[in-house]
Formats: sequence, C-alpha cells, structure tokens
Amino acid sequence: METATVNTNFKSEEYFINMGPQHPATHGVLRLLLTIDGEVIKKVEPDLGYIHRSIEKMCERNSYQQIIHLTDRLDYLSSHINNEAVCLAVENALGVEIPERAKVVRTIIGELTRIASHCLWWGVLGMDVGALTTYFYGFRDREMINDIFEETCGARLTMNYSLPGGLMFDIHPNFISRVKAFITHFRSKLPEYDTLLTNNVIFQKRTKGVGVLSKEAAISYGASGPVGRASGYSCDVRKHHPYSALNKVTFKEILKTEGDTFARYQVRIEEMWESLSIIEQLIDNIPEGNFQVATDAVIKLPKGEFYQKVETARGELGVFIISTGTKNPYRLKFRSPGLSNLSLLNHIAVGGKVGDLVASMATLDLVIPDIDR
Amino acid sequence: MNISLTLSEKTHELLSAIMPPSVASIVEMILIAVVYLTFFAIAGLFLVLLERKVAARFQLRLGPNRVGFQGWFQTVADALKLVSKELTGTVKADKFLYNLAPYFVIITALMALAVIPFAGYFQAFDINIGVLFIIALSSIGVIGILLAGWGSNNKFAMIGAMRSGVQTISYELSVGLSLLTMILITGSLQFSEIVEVQRNGWLIVQGHIPAVLAFMIYMIAGTAETNRAPFDLVEAESELGAGFHTEYSGMKFAYFFLAEFINMFIIASIAVTVFFGAYLSPFGITESLPWLGLFWFLAKALVLLFLMMWFRWTFPRLRIDQLLTLEWKYLLPLNLMNIVLMAVVVWLKLTIQF
Repeated sequence: METATVNTNFKSEEYFINMGPQHPATHGVLRLLLTIDGEVIKKVEPDLGYIHRSIEKMCERNSYQQIIHLTDRLDYLSSHINNEAVCLAVENALGVEIPERAKVVRTIIGELTRIASHCLWWGVLGMDVGALTTYFYGFRDREMINDIFEETCGARLTMNYSLPGGLMFDIHPNFISRVKAFITHFRSKLPEYDTLLTNNVIFQKRTKGVGVLSKEAAISYGASGPVGRASGYSCDVRKHHPYSALNKVTFKEILKTEGDTFARYQVRIEEMWESLSIIEQLIDNIPEGNFQVATDAVIKLPKGEFYQKVETARGELGVFIISTGTKNPYRLKFRSPGLSNLSLLNHIAVGGKVGDLVASMATLDLVIPDIDR
Repeated sequence: MNISLTLSEKTHELLSAIMPPSVASIVEMILIAVVYLTFFAIAGLFLVLLERKVAARFQLRLGPNRVGFQGWFQTVADALKLVSKELTGTVKADKFLYNLAPYFVIITALMALAVIPFAGYFQAFDINIGVLFIIALSSIGVIGILLAGWGSNNKFAMIGAMRSGVQTISYELSVGLSLLTMILITGSLQFSEIVEVQRNGWLIVQGHIPAVLAFMIYMIAGTAETNRAPFDLVEAESELGAGFHTEYSGMKFAYFFLAEFINMFIIASIAVTVFFGAYLSPFGITESLPWLGLFWFLAKALVLLFLMMWFRWTFPRLRIDQLLTLEWKYLLPLNLMNIVLMAVVVWLKLTIQF
C-alpha cells in the first residue's frame, strides 16, 4: 500500500530540513519544518506538541489556589506575571480589592521579571547571531534579580509569590536595598549592551530590514508585546488596561515603525530602561500595611465568564475562566503571546536566509512551554 | 652560532658516523617529523587553553582556572576526554569519505607548518616557492571539509560544507593577493629571503600604506579562511548545529578542532613572517642572541592570535550573502588596487628602509 505522500508543491531543487525538536536556535523543543532552496527559506512550518503537558486541562481539575502553581510553568521567564494574571482574574471575579502594598510589590516584581526575561533574551539573541559573549553578560545581570526573588519568595525561576488576595509573604527586609542596588548596577551595565551588540556593524547588518512585519500583518496575526510594538501597533496592556499599581506610574510605551528584527531588538532594550524607571518610581513608595486580604480556603467563583489580560515580557497573556460556581473552573484558557508570535514566523522568514530565520526567531522571544501548554 | 643550526649539524654528524648516509637522512627526516608532530600537539593544546582563558576573561567565566595550577591541566583533561570517547558514525554515511575527511584537514595543517621559519635555522623545508606552497596547501584543507559534509549524509553538515566551499575558495583569493602585494617588495617567494629583507625594517614599515592595507585584508581573509568567528558560518552552531562536523565524535572531531587551531597559528605565523619580521627582534635589540628568534616569533604570533580570539568573542556572525559581498565587492577590488599601489611604491622607491 502506498503510504508516503508526495507533496507536489515542491520543486526538485528544494529540500526539507528539520530544525528541531532539538536545535540550539529553537531554545526548547520546537520543531520547525523548513523548506529550503540552497540557503533561501521557502516555507516554515512549526510543529508543536513535543512538551505538551495539558496544563489547561489540569487547571479544570484544580482549585484556584492550585492553578497558580501551574501557571509559572507556562512562560517560566515571566512566572510572576503569569501568577498575577490568574490572581487578578480570580480577584476581579470575586470582587476582592487587595491592599495597596500588595499591588505595588506585585508591580515591582513584575517589572523585575520583565528585565530578567529581557536579559536572558538579549544574551540568547547574541548567541543566535554568533556573539557568544552576550549570553554571559545577560546572565550576570539576571542573576542579581534571581537572587532578589530567591530571598523574597524562595524560588529563583518558577515563583509563586502572588495568590488570590495579595501576596504569599511580605517582602524581605533586604528587598528595597537590593532592588536599589540592582537599579544602580543595571543602569551602568545597560550601555555596555549597546557597545557590545546594538552598535556592532555586523549585528546591525544582520538585523536591519530582516524579518519585516507590517503593522497590518502584526494586527492580523495577533502579535503582541514587543513584536507588535516594533511594527507600530500600540498594544501595551500596561498602558491600555492598567492593572495592579501601573496606573500610579508614568512610563513610555516604546513604539517603532520599522517592524524588522532590529526594531524588535530596540523595543526590548528600551523597555528595560522603562522598567527600571517604573521600579524606581515605586520602590521608595511601597505603602505600609497588610500584604494580603483573607480569602476563603476554598475559593468558589461566581457563575460566569471572566477574562483578565496582563503584559508579560513576551506580550499579552490572557486568562479566560468559565465558572459554573464550583471550586474549580469549568474551562480555563490561556491566550499566550508566544503562540500568536510563532504563527507569524513563516510570514517574516520566507525569502530570507537560514541565518535570518534564526535572528528573527530570536527576536520573537519564543518560550516553548508557553506555546505548548 | 645559531643554536638550532648547531643542534642539527651535531645530529647530522652523529648519525653519519654510525650509519650509511641514506639511512642517516631517513632517520633525520623521522626525527624532524617527530619534532614537528610534538610541536603540533603542544601548540594545539596550548592554543585551546589560550582560547579558553581569553574567552574566560571576555565572558566572566571562572571555569578555566580550576584544573591544576591556574587551570593549566584543563587541556590535558580535554584531550583525555576526546581520546577516550567512542567514535560514532551514521549508518548511511559514505564510510570511506567520512573517515578520510579529518586526515585531509589535519595533514594540510601539518604540512604548512614545515615551511614556516620559526627561527634562524628552525625551518624544516626552505623552498624557493614557500609562499606559493602555503597558498596551495591551504586550499586542500577545504576538500576535507567538503568531504566531511558530503560523507556525513546529514543535511546540516551538507549546508556547512557548501558554505565552506564558497567561503574558503573566495577568501583564498584575498589571502593570496595580499601576500602577493608584499612579494612585490621582497622580490622573492622564499620565506628565508623574505625574512632577510626585513633586517632593514619590517615589511609593514617598509611598505607603509599599501602594506598596512594588505595586512588588514590578510587578517580579515585569514580569519575567514580558518572558519573562525565572525566568519564561522561553516560551523554556525546556532544555525546548523555544528555544521560540517555534526556527525563526528571523539578523536575525529578533535582532528577538525585541532586543525582549526593550527590553521589559526599558521595564519598568524605567515602574517608574522610577511609583515612583522618573523624571528627578527624589533630594532635588532637581541641580534647577538639568535636563539631568542623563536621567542620573538612566538611572541608576535601570540599577539595576532589574541587579535583573532578577540574577534571571535565579540563579533556576531555574518550571513552567507554578506560574507560573499564583503569578499567580492570590497576586499577583492581593494586588494587589486592595493597591488597597483604597492607596485607604484616599489617602482618609485617610496619604501621606508632603515
């Protein structure tokens, strides 16, 4: 019996390459089916499912407090912001107002998470375009943030700091001084990032005009976060739908119009400056008082549908809960930024070279567990 | 009297006294081969260690200071690991070509070492077409890479090999032409004569502007020819996994690895010989101590090696079309104009001599 299917859309000089599931540039178990002619990309087909863990299904089985512990395993580089998203959804559904102190600390930790994530992204991006040194510089700065997290809540990566009703613990006595020390440190190191990579001629040649995404395409593919903003699409959830303490701070939404790989790079670099300024505005004004309000041991959401979105380091994360009034959700759906950003990879990569694909994929900042839930 | 000359004459006399001349010359050849192989192995190990240390300084790494005193045993551990690893291979690979490939790469690197004048008489093979010989040899190495890519039956390896083909063959031109520019001053292709000309000033000084240009072109093209960053598209670990040597393990991989470092050393050695007076000391300060020649040679080579490592740990990688654009649209025309400029300089006797 004939089992092999012959795709007639291929020319004889084109060939397939499996980039992944284990490949240095996919940063996780993502498989890309590339159709290449020489070095020119003809088609990119992402193949997902290699680390699928049914997290959404598991959420339906768990209580709302337990769900928090699953969310940080999604986008593990924005774990705190993921926690916050579910907490906000639950709090809004319950109509609970959490203390100001918790709001401010959540925002500070969220911005620290964003910086840590961007540091890692920057290091890895450098590695993807062949500059290995960036990796270590990014990690050096990220390490300071991880230390702060470790002291605050005991975890360095998969944090569980938020819970419905506020925070799990109060901040550590060293928290404020360490965050301030980090800001001073990072303000002196960020220009180093520019010296090493941003201003490098080879890097600019590799990224400018590469992987261009128009504003229309960005909107139609559902791009969010720095990917959308680099194409001129104003989509910062922190600006349009402020949550926690974000309405108390002033910050710029970084917008670029080029939509190429370099623009996406610049947006993230400039975002790190903005995040630093957000933290600076809040760190001296953490209100005194309680850090949580008491909630029931078994949270039961009222009947209905609830949606909450937040801005993670990668873009808009939405949490959609359908509740039937029981102690666990009837259905819980995450709208992850990575999935829609991955969907536009074919759009921006076709016609480019293999090297371009790696560079533009790096600026999409994919975290595979976030895509493969 | 030069110490290396004394040593070789003494050995020659000793061997001639106890065996017939034909046997003696064969034994001498074997001895020289052993000396060079030892040099090859030690230089390879040292360069690996140096690269690790340079990388550590650039990248805030702590690792290479841990094994033995200041990490000096690190490469010994590395070498032991590589030797003891299993030699794996792919089932559907072209076994013959797959196994042959590393030898092409390593043998060319070894052969090229023979003509380099390390010190006064520390040169195994002083032929009158030394420069030509080295250029010819360096183009054989690419065959090894092409065979490795083809023989592995792996698409990533194949892309790496195709890249290697276009890259090495293109940059070969620039290396050759920039060396040719310097040959215009020396009027000889023999390395020992090229060195002698520099007693009146290093060639980079004698040839001033065109020589500096030629040196810059040579260093760029030389880095590209050794497949090192920012021209490491042949390996391109983030794009192709490991490029042409994806399917090689253990000692076979080590051959490629070692050859890369030795090639780097050869590129630096040729630059030292052709631009910086080889084993001659600056301003002849140690002219009365010719055995210091090796020291000066290695010191100058190390500076250039450091430069190449500096490139590697700071620059991102070029894309294949940019790599070819750089060579064919910029370096090659510049090189051709530079040759004319150098010819004018030599013709009008504008060279600087002390």
